[in-house]
Amino acid sequence: MTRSTLLRSVGGALCAALSFSSLPALAETIAITGGTVAIGDGSQPIENGTVVIANGRIVAAGAGVAVPASATVIDATGKWVSPGIVAGVSTLGVMEGYGMSEVNDLSAAKSPFSAALDISTAVNPNGQRIGTERSAGITRAFVIPSTGNTMFAGQGAVIDLGTDPDPVTRPRAFQYIELGEEGMHAAGGSRPAAYALLKAALGAAANPASADFVSKDALITRQDAEALAPVLRGTQPLLVHVERASDIRSVLALKKQYPALKLVLVGATEGWMVANEIASARVPVIAAALIDLPEKFESIAATQSNVGRLAKAGVTVAISNADISEGPYESFLPQYAGNLVALTRMPGAQGLDWGAALASITSKPAAAIGMDGEIGSLRAGRRADVVVWDGDPLELASHPTAIFIDGVAQPTVSRQTRLRDRYLDPVEKALPKAYER
Amino acid sequence: MSNKFLYGAAMALVLTACSGGAAPKSASSDAPPPGKGKAFDHDPFPSTYKPYPGVPTAIVHATVYDGEGGRIENGTVLLADGKVVGVGGADLAIPAGAKLIEGKGKWVTPGIIDVHSHLGDYPSPGVEAHSDGNEATAPVTAQVWAEHSVWPQDPGFSRALANGGVTTLQILPGSANLFGGRSVTLKNVYARTVQGMKFPGAPYGLKMACGENPKRVYGGKGREPSTRMGNVAVDRQTWIKATEYKRKWDKYEEKGGEPPSRDVAMDTLRGVLDGEILVHNHCYRADEMGIVLDMAKEFGYKVTAFHHAVEAYKIADLLKANGTCAAVWANWYGFKMESYDGIPENLAILHNAGACVMIHSDDQNGIQRLNQEVAKALASGRRAGFQISDEQAWTWLAIAPAKALGIADKTGSLKPGKMGDVVLWNGNPLSVYTRPEKVWVDGAMLYDAYDPKLRPVSDFELGQPGEGDVK
Repeated sequence: MTRSTLLRSVGGALCAALSFSSLPALAETIAITGGTVAIGDGSQPIENGTVVIANGRIVAAGAGVAVPASATVIDATGKWVSPGIVAGVSTLGVMEGYGMSEVNDLSAAKSPFSAALDISTAVNPNGQRIGTERSAGITRAFVIPSTGNTMFAGQGAVIDLGTDPDPVTRPRAFQYIELGEEGMHAAGGSRPAAYALLKAALGAAANPASADFVSKDALITRQDAEALAPVLRGTQPLLVHVERASDIRSVLALKKQYPALKLVLVGATEGWMVANEIASARVPVIAAALIDLPEKFESIAATQSNVGRLAKAGVTVAISNADISEGPYESFLPQYAGNLVALTRMPGAQGLDWGAALASITSKPAAAIGMDGEIGSLRAGRRADVVVWDGDPLELASHPTAIFIDGVAQPTVSRQTRLRDRYLDPVEKALPKAYER
Repeated sequence: MSNKFLYGAAMALVLTACSGGAAPKSASSDAPPPGKGKAFDHDPFPSTYKPYPGVPTAIVHATVYDGEGGRIENGTVLLADGKVVGVGGADLAIPAGAKLIEGKGKWVTPGIIDVHSHLGDYPSPGVEAHSDGNEATAPVTAQVWAEHSVWPQDPGFSRALANGGVTTLQILPGSANLFGGRSVTLKNVYARTVQGMKFPGAPYGLKMACGENPKRVYGGKGREPSTRMGNVAVDRQTWIKATEYKRKWDKYEEKGGEPPSRDVAMDTLRGVLDGEILVHNHCYRADEMGIVLDMAKEFGYKVTAFHHAVEAYKIADLLKANGTCAAVWANWYGFKMESYDGIPENLAILHNAGACVMIHSDDQNGIQRLNQEVAKALASGRRAGFQISDEQAWTWLAIAPAKALGIADKTGSLKPGKMGDVVLWNGNPLSVYTRPEKVWVDGAMLYDAYDPKLRPVSDFELGQPGEGDVK
């Protein structure tokens, strides 16, 4: 099939998706053939592979996969096929811009609640950033609230970036807490204050009957304590943002007192200094990618080799675009992953091989919160979040030519491409630019 | 080097002469006029930067981007006495005794120039005590000079060198103010004082800002400006004052008489009106850039470059007609209202329209990946149908920012006689898998990935965890 046929078939699927957005497209069987297939589970890419999608799930992916007779075939010869990118720490859907408090649902310093806050209620699938980041191949995101009146930021959600009206894959997918420099401020001024409140809150969650929720001295609301109960039971992961080696050790020590906790470290810039301890505690890490500056005192030992060293020690490590100052762009993730591959060629540095680098932005973030059976790779049974790229997905020049979320073709246009098309020639024609569309 | 010292000595004599005799405090009307621009020292914090010693070097068999749009396969670059002394193909004669650097499969480019950085002014660690980039106490602070805030121990300089291949950078005040103050251009070489980093002979810049930041900062304090029209009103009032100041000082310098009162802020604005100081204007929206261009005409100055300029693509023709550059990110958008319309084709549309355009970082992380930013902007441009070669795109990191900083005669391309500011990349520098392998500044090798001794460690990092680690 030629390139134009590919475009037509994707366009056709797209029209179907847009016309019947909630119904029949799910049932469609699609076979993407001839491309270089990267599964996303850490394995190396497979040339001339096939990916079969049916009922919104991956049926099979790899070499020698049979194409079902009923399948719509998309020729990806000369292209790459990968799982959609999973953004491990994101503000998509709940924040349109930093300077616009009117469209920012990240934090609520004036609310009486903290751990009880449920970010899934705020996600707007029609925000411009979702469409733009989707067109760059991002298909899922962990939406993470920010701290307000305590160091508990609240419950984050896993979302898809599809055009369908229901963006939430898993609400209340995890609790998010700050226990480093940001946490000490939110807790009243020090790390001990944060740990004292953490202990009180988990105590109230364990024994709500004997907790004080009503007096003026009450430390936590009943709703916050209830929200922490699944954290205490280990049915809801607890994502903890810390950077400093000693802070990481303090967090790992929580497992002794609360053995059921499902801890996930976020940030962990000095993680390489305690990599073996993190590995033996079996705590996954969503690391801040490429941080190599002591931007804070808690990240004095920052190096881009952090991720590689953690992985080498046996830690399950994903990367996020959080805490790096180059804008809140999930679409930078493939570039960051590619940079980790670049490190493998630098003397003294520790990077990731290509397969592991892709996994750090697909299956590893999913694994960190226990969802790798559901999203983040092209292994059979996963949700069919699939991106066809015009080249190596981690390369700077590459871009998606087709995107599927839950097996449904997504537009590759965005508000940005509309602006581009209007201004390719910036000069006005017969009518003002406002009439060009 | 000796020339520089001679020049410095001569200047010192002139200055001594000025302060000692020609312009005494009680200058009377019969004192001879000092002459245009000569009443007082325009360079009171002169550069003490000295190139470090290098050896005659020949980088051979590499792909060369010369920074002006040229490309040589299997090329040779010769360095000697701190300068580029030869650039050519495999047939270029290599001087006897030159140190040979094998460049097969590698790329050689001019050192990257970042026209917009806050390293040193907002250094790492970013604690409150280090917040030295915005004198956010009044909307017009043309009197401040960024160099007086630069902390030469910022660890960020080393990352920009080793990971970014950055050899020259302009440090600007922040954008809280309409007139943020003077910028300074530095060589990316650690020194004990900022004077030891100052790029010899680089003109000063003036940081200006339009849009959301000034009106938010001062509107939030209940004072002017609180609107965009307030921004422009305060700007124009200030330029009127500057014009009057310039008139008085020009008259005094040319005709003599009683010297007018000095004003540090007005000195800078007069320098702009005289064309001696270049205007670098933070501005996002197309319509606001249009206003600023007319304001510049009203007062007779030139906007050298709009920085950030996320909507520059909408007025590429206007920028070209005014000879004003745009210094932009590859694809930052939507982080504030005035950046809502940012698109990744901004750079390519401007390039295609023939406007002056370059990449910039404004960021201690982004400065480490400016080559990658160019690669992204280039790819977006090609997808939009523009034919731009890799070597043309490299001008966005090289000769274009050199021109915007007024140093294109000294660096910004691999041309004989220019400073030996050179990066050897371990592959195609527009690939994500490529990093700088060696960096020379003025012909001295100051970074080598294969030599941990050539990995700069700032005072701040000495004795700390991670000292001397790969970064």
